[in-house]
Amino acid sequence: MATANVLIPRSVIRKGDIVTLKAIIAHPMETGFRRTETGGEIPRNIIRHVSCHYDGVEVFSCDFHPSISANPFLAFTTIATKTGPVSFIWTGDNGFRHVETAIMNVTD
Amino acid sequence: MRPLVSIVMLGLAMAVLPLHAQDIPAHDRLSGFEMMGADVQAMQRDDFSNPAMLSVREGEQLWSRAPAQGKKSCQGCHHDVATSMTGVAARYPAFDAGSNRPIDLAGRIQQCQTERQGVQAAPRESALLLALQALVALQSRGMPIAATADPRLAAARERGQALFNQRFGQLNLSCAQCHNQNWGKSLGGTRIPQGHPTGYPIFRMEWQAVGSLQRRLRNCLTGVRAEPFAPGSPELIEIELYLMQRSAGMAMDAPAVRP
Repeated sequence: MATANVLIPRSVIRKGDIVTLKAIIAHPMETGFRRTETGGEIPRNIIRHVSCHYDGVEVFSCDFHPSISANPFLAFTTIATKTGPVSFIWTGDNGFRHVETAIMNVTD
Repeated sequence: MRPLVSIVMLGLAMAVLPLHAQDIPAHDRLSGFEMMGADVQAMQRDDFSNPAMLSVREGEQLWSRAPAQGKKSCQGCHHDVATSMTGVAARYPAFDAGSNRPIDLAGRIQQCQTERQGVQAAPRESALLLALQALVALQSRGMPIAATADPRLAAARERGQALFNQRFGQLNLSCAQCHNQNWGKSLGGTRIPQGHPTGYPIFRMEWQAVGSLQRRLRNCLTGVRAEPFAPGSPELIEIELYLMQRSAGMAMDAPAVRP
């Protein structure tokens, strides 16, 4: 079970505001290019896709590749529409899947 | 003329030697945090972007989880980590009366696991042990390093100091030659830090993972092409004892981010 964190600004958010959302997840992001001391391959183990859903639509998504750092950190902006859950979904190698949800409170 | 030159040279060498043996004066001390770039500092300052805090979160979950059926969790004995573990990381390694030798924080956690929780101790550098180390270290954030004055630790600390000044490996370098005499200079594109253990366990960019002081020390030993001491070995704990005394009074910033 991975540890992940989603950050929504604590300040008062009004409808129509541009809000910066941040997310971080604990993941080794093993590139697959490294080898062990004895020369054996270390198999690739990365997150392949991240998406964020808010108010019924996908507001952000991206593909990850082997050069992304461990514990990938994401920050992007979206427009606040209504109070509701903001869900991040990370999927990756070896059937990795993690969902982390936080509630965005929007005042009219 | 020649003997005179030799004597002058010897005199110069003797004048320089005690200086080299000395530690960095208190007013010149800089933690690794102060010597790294502004972007990495910002990453550490913000608990959300500091990847080591993910380890702390894992530690929080482990703290209250019973290790096995009918066994007590950490919380079962130590209660709230924020009160019981305040300042603990700032004063370790401590003297362990049972084994009659110094013990570091990781060793103490392992001891709790085997002797009191009745489970197999988590190996050093395992995610589980590092998570608990990070959680405990966080409770000393901002507190000054308080090297234990326990007289039973004096001999081990002196051995640690001797190891710090001893040359190692094919490169034939001692810790002191880099971290006392040449700190601030460049080594392969990075600045040589003073080697203060304020932030362990750290998230190190180069490792892309959280690691302990022992991993860092073993890394340095490999760097000078010496065979590193085994994890948990008395030598590494002795070096840590000396380092804590060397950095006494500096503020803890664990769990830190380092390049």
